[in-house]
Amino acid sequence: MSTRGFTGRKPPEATRERLPPGQYLTEDFPVLQIGPNPRVDLATWSFTLREGSRPLKSWTWDAFSALPRTRWGGDIHCVTKWSKFDTAWEGVSFDDLLADAGVAAPTAFLLAEGYDDYTTNVPVADLAGGKGMVATHYDGEPIPPDHGGPARLLVPPLYFWKSAKWVKGLRFTRRDEGGFWELRGYHMYGDPWREQRFTGD
Amino acid sequence: MIDPAARPLPWQTATLTAIRPVTNRVKSYRFRVGFDRPVLAGQHVDVRLTAPDGYQAQRSYSIASAPDGDGTIELMIEGLPDGEVSGFFDAVAEVGDTIELRGPIGGAFVWRPEDGGPLLLVGGGSGVVPLLAMLRHRAAAAPGVPALLLYSARDPGETIAAEELAVRARDEPNFQLILNFTRAGGRRVDAAMIAEALERLGPPRHAYLCGGNPFVGAVADLLVDAGLDPARIHTERFGG
Repeated sequence: MSTRGFTGRKPPEATRERLPPGQYLTEDFPVLQIGPNPRVDLATWSFTLREGSRPLKSWTWDAFSALPRTRWGGDIHCVTKWSKFDTAWEGVSFDDLLADAGVAAPTAFLLAEGYDDYTTNVPVADLAGGKGMVATHYDGEPIPPDHGGPARLLVPPLYFWKSAKWVKGLRFTRRDEGGFWELRGYHMYGDPWREQRFTGD
Repeated sequence: MIDPAARPLPWQTATLTAIRPVTNRVKSYRFRVGFDRPVLAGQHVDVRLTAPDGYQAQRSYSIASAPDGDGTIELMIEGLPDGEVSGFFDAVAEVGDTIELRGPIGGAFVWRPEDGGPLLLVGGGSGVVPLLAMLRHRAAAAPGVPALLLYSARDPGETIAAEELAVRARDEPNFQLILNFTRAGGRRVDAAMIAEALERLGPPRHAYLCGGNPFVGAVADLLVDAGLDPARIHTERFGG
């Protein structure tokens, strides 16, 4: 069913090919979050891998900064409909975190946890194998607080609500447990190319 | 707040039943809808327009009406000159048109009567729309809850629901309004304005902030500086 009188502004084909369904291209970098920016002090910052409540490994900012670095460039997609092309990130890959901790992923699912108490679930399969990182730099600069600095999760294949800002740790869970938005009707997986915005999409 | 039996959110065809001007740039659009779940004050809908060649554009718009269960919702949409969807609403949409939408959406930026108060609402520009839904709901369902709206607009002509807000401030004993204009010698919301709002309202149990990102970010920081627990500060931002 077409909408009477709507023609829209269809972007060029080269853009359309890179836009998942229902998305539009923005040149800005919009900010979306549920509350104030948490005040994160690098002197007391830590990042912890947990299996349930049991800590597997923690890093201070200095120790985290000494880990091997990974770069990723590409397109990101927000569930609020904007997409941004050719973003450039740098940080520590999920694989390198596990290697430094000397562990294999103990379960197939985890919850990313933020300093603002935000949580979101991500399957290990979407982080391992070079797919995801904890990013500390955007476009060559430390990530500003509005965009989740000093460190945020980066899971580019999924809608960006999965890329938790101000991340303080990853908690492996036995089953796929919903996080903040997933418990409020958002999709448990969130693949932009299948337009999995909400439960049942 | 949390619905463990979360259900799919289907697209539906909604009929546009009324259009009226709100400001020079903003119009009100009332739709007849058939939602399968109750609306909460502060929620939004997704709207989807389809061109004859199948091309689609989607946007999100906050609901301005109180959740009164009458089978309609009111959206207030600012007609941005280069807005692909808002421009359609401003220039093309007519009463009787059918539009695809789905909702209600959002479980974080919502207020229910049982959430209580005092309630501090801070809106910038068209960010006042979901706060209007909260005020309308509060007046109907929980008029005893103290509330204060600090609303920053460019100038009086761009103040959404100016008359309604003035009448509410006059007639509702527990509602206070602080209007701020940023143009013509005015200033942006600052620490002194926040201090005045907190002094007049008393310590808020909940704060809801909505507007553009610089506005919401600045006000959120001012509230944290003023000693509010960040967990009580709910934000919704435009610019996406």
